[in-house]
Amino acid sequence: MKGAEKGGVKLLLAPAIIFVLLLFLYPFAYGLFLSLTTEDGGFTLSNYAKFFGNARDFRTIWVTLQISVPVTFINVALAIPFAYYMRRGLKGERILTFFLIVPITLGTVLVSEGMLTFMGPNGWLNQLLLFLHIVKEPFRFTHNYLGVVLSLALQGFPYAFLMLLGYVSGINPDLEKASQMLGANRWQTFWRVLFPLMVPGIAIAFSLNFVMAFSVFPSAVLLGEPSGPTRVISIAAYQQAFEKFNFNAASAISMIMAAIELIVISLILMWRSRMYKGASIVGKG
Amino acid sequence: MRNKFKLSSLLFAAAMAIYIFNVLGILGTVVLNSTSKGWFSGVFPTHFTTEWYAYAANDHDIPNLLAVTFTVVLADVFIALLIAFPAAYALARKEFRGKGILLSLFLLPMIVPPMAYGIPLAMLAYKVHLAARVSGVILVNLVPIVPFMILVLMPFIEQVGSNLESAAKMLGASRLTIFRRILIPLTIPGILTAGILSLVKAISMFELTYLVAGGNSQTIVVALYADAYAAGARPPQAVDALAVIYFLIAMACLVVALKFVSPTQMVFKLK
Amino acid sequence: MKDFKTISVRHMTKRFGDKTAVSDFSLEFGKGEFVTFLGPSGCGKSTALNCVTGLIPITSGEIWIDDECIDNADHQIPPEKREFGMVFQNYALFPHLSVAENVAFGLKLRKLKKAEVAKRVDDALRLVHLEGYAHKFPAQMSGGEQQRVAIARCVVLEPRLLLLDEPLSNLDAKLRIELRYELKALHERLKVTTIYVTHDQTEALALSDRIVVLRSGKIQQVGSPTKIYSDPANMFVADFMGFRNRWPAKIESIEEKGPTLVAKFSAAGSTLEAHLAYPADDPRRVSLLAAHKAGAAVTTAIRPEDLALGDGASNHIRCTAEIVEYQGNASQVGAVAGAGVRVDFRSGTSVAEGEALSVSVPPDKILLFAAEDQDSGAGVGP
Repeated sequence: MKGAEKGGVKLLLAPAIIFVLLLFLYPFAYGLFLSLTTEDGGFTLSNYAKFFGNARDFRTIWVTLQISVPVTFINVALAIPFAYYMRRGLKGERILTFFLIVPITLGTVLVSEGMLTFMGPNGWLNQLLLFLHIVKEPFRFTHNYLGVVLSLALQGFPYAFLMLLGYVSGINPDLEKASQMLGANRWQTFWRVLFPLMVPGIAIAFSLNFVMAFSVFPSAVLLGEPSGPTRVISIAAYQQAFEKFNFNAASAISMIMAAIELIVISLILMWRSRMYKGASIVGKG
Repeated sequence: MRNKFKLSSLLFAAAMAIYIFNVLGILGTVVLNSTSKGWFSGVFPTHFTTEWYAYAANDHDIPNLLAVTFTVVLADVFIALLIAFPAAYALARKEFRGKGILLSLFLLPMIVPPMAYGIPLAMLAYKVHLAARVSGVILVNLVPIVPFMILVLMPFIEQVGSNLESAAKMLGASRLTIFRRILIPLTIPGILTAGILSLVKAISMFELTYLVAGGNSQTIVVALYADAYAAGARPPQAVDALAVIYFLIAMACLVVALKFVSPTQMVFKLK
Repeated sequence: MKDFKTISVRHMTKRFGDKTAVSDFSLEFGKGEFVTFLGPSGCGKSTALNCVTGLIPITSGEIWIDDECIDNADHQIPPEKREFGMVFQNYALFPHLSVAENVAFGLKLRKLKKAEVAKRVDDALRLVHLEGYAHKFPAQMSGGEQQRVAIARCVVLEPRLLLLDEPLSNLDAKLRIELRYELKALHERLKVTTIYVTHDQTEALALSDRIVVLRSGKIQQVGSPTKIYSDPANMFVADFMGFRNRWPAKIESIEEKGPTLVAKFSAAGSTLEAHLAYPADDPRRVSLLAAHKAGAAVTTAIRPEDLALGDGASNHIRCTAEIVEYQGNASQVGAVAGAGVRVDFRSGTSVAEGEALSVSVPPDKILLFAAEDQDSGAGVGP
């Protein structure tokens, strides 16, 4: 690239680079620093040790994973058939898609409040289930693990759906036709042709959805049992920061969160490379 | 004419029905709750009222809440556009060493949990006296929005063929003119999509504002959470009323978005 | 693979909303035949092809193989069960599979043994001259190579019918000729019944046993390459196959001399004579006689290569050269004759722009058509 060009590129990227450095990398590094120091500034691993040593805190990792991994699986697994079915466009597609992404606008609090009522012992859902004799007494959807999972699934699904819909629509439709002509029925075409080509999209949808679910905070408090079964890791971090005012410990917990997310994402990316060997020409034509 | 009764259509319809039932159910109960009195059992409330909205209005300085929310969100989207557009342009058009690393760097804030950088960021905000102020909230919320915008803008810029810019150059246009009269007009759909999606996302962003906001610089979502958390202090119907107000705002943005952009266009294609 | 004798498409129609893409398409062809659907963009040839495959449901009509009806708009055998093979314009190779895996795709679906699959894949790759490419991926190969993999992928399954949808259109000129040659060789060798879709008349003439010319969803003519080339059924086919020199003409006299019509007419500022081999019940003969009776104008059609520079035996036309395009072994000349009509011809000797010339054409190389034929409807027979 010529000199003038290079300068131009640098100029274009400068604001974004400054922004990332100043507002993200620096605080993140500061957080890392905090996590490794005591209040007076001396180096220590005690923040981490305290977390791993405290059974109640350490458990939060498991609790959060137990919530976020199934939720992400549900979201992606449900989004796939919806995206597949709608990949060519449907009658009334706009309205359907509208409904599918409405949860984005609801907000965590509304969903939580809504679920408490709608799925509560006296709510419409239980009324319907009782009426249809599917259950004998009101089913407990709220103030438990299930409530948090449902709430997160509902809020995360639209994102997974949009991502996968875009991805699936980008796959050359002739590939499906070719597969059909070679003798494959719909099921075989999906598994042998479409799914492998969707793997990169699935990997990304999974990663982003997982991150959203793992950082869960409001839902766990409002809809779960934050004192015990749904005490997620962000609650532990928050308590350290704003109840105990121990920012070092809070930062340590945040770093642990970031580390776990990175590990899971790396696992997903490893899965993706294993599944997807060939180079891809996924575009049309 | 064909009479195909496909199992897949049936399943799809059933799945949609269950989903819509639940979504509308949740929404419906909150809306009804916020407008009812003494609804404890039965299918529908027996009395309707607007007193909860009045309560919420009294309880919170709603105009201030709305003003803060809109200021923060609009400012964030606008500033993010200024930062993200040139970056997205450079990433979409140019090839240079370290492009992959830079892209990963820009996207990192989306992968790292808000708490991880949020707490130190909040501490820094307090240090420079930007905390508990609207400007602090604006600044802090930029962090997740800019990467999101870059991600959404890139495919739209890629779609505008670079040969259009070359053609303009050959006709004698300066860089600025090309930018103003060719690039921007053709990427308006992308800018709108990125802008409106970021708007919707920004309205819902909770953790960062929560960490940094003070009494007067709360956005609606933060006030909402504070209400819901302090469970006993307020009647739940009033909380619901506020939640409905929030929902209506976000919904309005989404409807506007869907008028300009089709859902499949809304998605970013990551490779 | 089941053996069969004929495939018969009967009055096939396809409508999209109120737009008719294919109208009353009827065609019967036998095992081993190479049939080409030829026509300009949008004429319905690809749609017709896709209807035969079953990928597009037909609105009305029937498709039969011998005495089995595979499609009659209410009930159809799905594409994956018809044992047809299809080659696409953009190859449609599975990007995530290697060449060998692509070719093996259909075989694996039929649950054949691994050793059998491997052998057949090898044979197929050898057939298309791609030995050694087994482990490559589509993204690493050129367009021509990819298309050959696509062909191998089909023929390895020994399909009853092979359908190709403009398979050479995405290739550059040189590759097109090479692959066309290979396709011809392949057809000679395997004798697979084939339907080929193209807008390129050279391909159609080179490859086909029979050509079906389409326009706006209707068949204009069905015939052998020779027939379509030298005896087009209407102006559209003539024009598409390279006839030029469409001059308005006024018939002065018509003599019916057995199977030949001798027509004397005035056009391009001269009096000319045409000998038209239109048998007694040929619709073209009928319409020409009617036009003469009504005193209506007709139009000529002459191939540029049939016009010769100089004073030939008959049919002299005086014109002035306007544009001369040098093309190596000959020049393409555009000249203007009396009454302002344009004369297009080829000349072996050099011609100067502005030169006054005389060209001539043998009487049996002139075609006359009555009134601009829109749709010929029933095409002239094979």
